[in-house]
Amino acid sequence: MPEPEAATTISARGLTRSFGSHVAVNSLTLELKRGEVLGFLGPNGAGKTTTMQMLTGNLAPSRGAIGICGMDLLAEPVAAKTHIGYLPEVPPLYRDLTVDEYLLLAAKLHRVPRVERGPAVSAAKQRCGLAGVGARLIGALSRGYQQRVGIAQAIVHGPDVVILDEPTAGLDPNQIREIRGLIRELGGAHSVILSTHILPEVETVCDRVQILHHGNIVYSDTIAALKQFHSGGAVLLGLRRPPPRLDEITALPGVAAAERIDATLIRVQFAAGADPGEALAQQAVARNWGLYQLKPAQTSLEDVFVNLTQSEEGA
Amino acid sequence: MIFTIAGKELKALFASPLAWVVLTVIQVITGYAFLRRLDDFLQMQPRLVQMASPPGVTEIVAASVFGTAAALLLFAVPLLAMRLIAEERRNQTLVLLLSAPVSMGEIVLGKFLGLAAFLFLVVGLAALMPLSLAGATRLDYGLLAGLAVGLALLAASFAAVSLFVSCLTVHPVAAAVGAFAALLGMLLVGETAAESLRGRGWAVAAAFAQVLSPVKNFEPFGRGVLDSYPIACSVLLIAVFLLLAVRQLDASRLRG
Repeated sequence: MPEPEAATTISARGLTRSFGSHVAVNSLTLELKRGEVLGFLGPNGAGKTTTMQMLTGNLAPSRGAIGICGMDLLAEPVAAKTHIGYLPEVPPLYRDLTVDEYLLLAAKLHRVPRVERGPAVSAAKQRCGLAGVGARLIGALSRGYQQRVGIAQAIVHGPDVVILDEPTAGLDPNQIREIRGLIRELGGAHSVILSTHILPEVETVCDRVQILHHGNIVYSDTIAALKQFHSGGAVLLGLRRPPPRLDEITALPGVAAAERIDATLIRVQFAAGADPGEALAQQAVARNWGLYQLKPAQTSLEDVFVNLTQSEEGA
Repeated sequence: MIFTIAGKELKALFASPLAWVVLTVIQVITGYAFLRRLDDFLQMQPRLVQMASPPGVTEIVAASVFGTAAALLLFAVPLLAMRLIAEERRNQTLVLLLSAPVSMGEIVLGKFLGLAAFLFLVVGLAALMPLSLAGATRLDYGLLAGLAVGLALLAASFAAVSLFVSCLTVHPVAAAVGAFAALLGMLLVGETAAESLRGRGWAVAAAFAQVLSPVKNFEPFGRGVLDSYPIACSVLLIAVFLLLAVRQLDASRLRG
């Protein structure tokens, strides 16, 4: 397929979903390019599943737009859905069917042309390690194999976007490793969104990570940027009266970048080898910014996660 | 795509014991009704011969077989239909269909046709019983065909109503009970409302009552009358409830 490299496969803008007065997802925006793996992190009830249900057309958003490979999911759902493969939290398996029958059904439902169905089913089984169990009833398979059938179902039609809701939940460590390897592999040709609350999973598997909390995106960055924090120095600067422009901070020698986290918190990234902590403190005092915090920034995803999802809880 | 879903439904039906139990029970009971009625006919025969235009074997035996099958379907269809949507929702397998590039209309039609195909099998099996007399006597094939068409329409009406009720809840048993109550209610309405409304000269209301009473629409077939009015009423009933089912499924996507 002569697809242009790094084409945007999925984009969501201002996605909002409320159930009555409860806002489950609030104005969520995301964009994913071909070959990227996006990790969706968040505590239980953060809105991960709701978001995924909206992205796959299972739930209509209250507001917002979803584009799948340039098609509007809400305006042309049938055309857009051919490009999506979805594994919900509970795999939608018919226990009375054999693996082969089930995957063939999934291929048919996703409009795989008749001549390509056989090869598509074999390829999906091959990739998910199901080659030996094609004739077995799904209900008789172990949990790990059922999960694999669920993933196979999501990729059998070669979708551009694969959306996996907690694909490793309830699996043993070996199975988790295998599934992670599979997801990594899928990331080569498809865009993958995966939700989880297992942090190392995101760090090993994903290119980018978004943390969702109470329906809002509270963190969004690449894993590479995250790892950069890990190696380079960064501080969280808390200012009661922050300067209106961040230039005043970035102008200091040794400061590489600064970005606002919220109204009073600023993350200051140091240039390699520099440690302008002292200069920052002097500057803050001299200009009366109301310095109340100067501490090393989060260095691992876990820190980011815990910080972002617990600080609000306590507030 | 509709036939893919219909085929899947049919396969799922035969993969579950429920379908076989239902087929067996219907077959045993209609079989008993058939033999009993045949026996009655043989005993009545000397007296029938003396009548001016006696009812034939088809009218006496076949009509009874089909009537019994119709009564059994009243119980069986809600049980079979509860799996269509409610049980799929409960098992969280409906997601497979909802995430696939398939419209709600196709899902509903596919599921309806799958169940209808199974019910037509029941009708076919019921028709085989009177047909087994073909070697021994002369059958009224016109009446037999009319009865089969009538029962098929009745079964399809039951299926459409039950499918709609199945969309209303995630509890399969609640869906089955609800569908049974709805069908029974329609039966009672059909017995009384249509006639009494027509008697008072309320033609439009009577027509509505007629549409909503599939059993009433089945009766003319039993008398060997092939009337377009009850056929149209049945088709309308099926269409209305399938449409309602589509809307209900769509609404649950909006509501969450």
